[in-house]
Amino acid sequence: MRADIASDLTCKELVELVTDYFEGRLTSEADARFEVHLFGCTGCRVYLAQMRALVRAAGRLAEKDLPAAVRDDLLRTFRERKRA
Amino acid sequence: MVGHTEPLLFPAMEIGSTSHDPGRAAERPGGDEEHLLEALRRGDESAFSQLVDHHHASMVRVARLYVGTLAAAEEVAQDAWLGLLQGLDRFEGRCTLKAWIFSIVANCAKSRGARDKRSVPLSSLGQDDEGGASVEPDRFLDDSHPRWAGHWSQPPAPWGADELVARETLQAIASAMEKLPPMQRAVMSMRDVEGLESEETCQVLGISEANQRVLLHRARSKVRKALEGYMREGEASR
Repeated sequence: MRADIASDLTCKELVELVTDYFEGRLTSEADARFEVHLFGCTGCRVYLAQMRALVRAAGRLAEKDLPAAVRDDLLRTFRERKRA
Repeated sequence: MVGHTEPLLFPAMEIGSTSHDPGRAAERPGGDEEHLLEALRRGDESAFSQLVDHHHASMVRVARLYVGTLAAAEEVAQDAWLGLLQGLDRFEGRCTLKAWIFSIVANCAKSRGARDKRSVPLSSLGQDDEGGASVEPDRFLDDSHPRWAGHWSQPPAPWGADELVARETLQAIASAMEKLPPMQRAVMSMRDVEGLESEETCQVLGISEANQRVLLHRARSKVRKALEGYMREGEASR
């Protein structure tokens, strides 16, 4: 086992690994190198923050609008099936 | 130049954290799902209306990935509810309720597409040949730099927290997602908008985990790039 982990990951490489990192799919060594790079690189920290923010914002697109008429229709269908 | 407020999204380093997932906390009813299903099988109307309240809008959005109009997507979603009620007894719980519901939606959408004799964009599963870098290469120092080749030459600028919650910004994200190739759009929609887990998404779309991850990566990279452009335009006009 090496005494120190060389942070030889470039920014250009890191941006390609971001999704694997979020998904927990990097090996523990790659994960460590990823984080060591982040620690010393403002640009990549910003990039990661942008990705996180983007994912969270996308979640806010999930509105639960349900027009009353549609809801009533569906419930009616449900009741009719029960009677059948 | 306007100073950047230190955004809430510029997190302290989470070195050593085991979960890096920025997505929404999984809304896993878990045991509640079982109860709901049991109640539904017994004909419990309030269980059905809970499910409808919770899932219908998502189902319309997922249907919209497959069919051409919102009206058609609405019809597909309603068909899917019928399909769900008909298939209730056959659901064995080998996948999550959410995965099952969205699989039904996908199947209804595809049937409708076949009926309407229009090709459904997602029918060519997994065929996404778009490669290319996630970020324009000119944003990084090239190999002529002895020490810092591959590092940012034009690093990204932090986004303000206020900007990110603005209605217009959400609209910009939605627009960017609409322009994605169909499979990329489908994966990002399911994972990041609807909050499905990786496994559920793979089940609904019938793709491998590795393929799903590639599609998700490409989709998010493209949308981030579009959003960056949008944010810069906002800056320039201030």
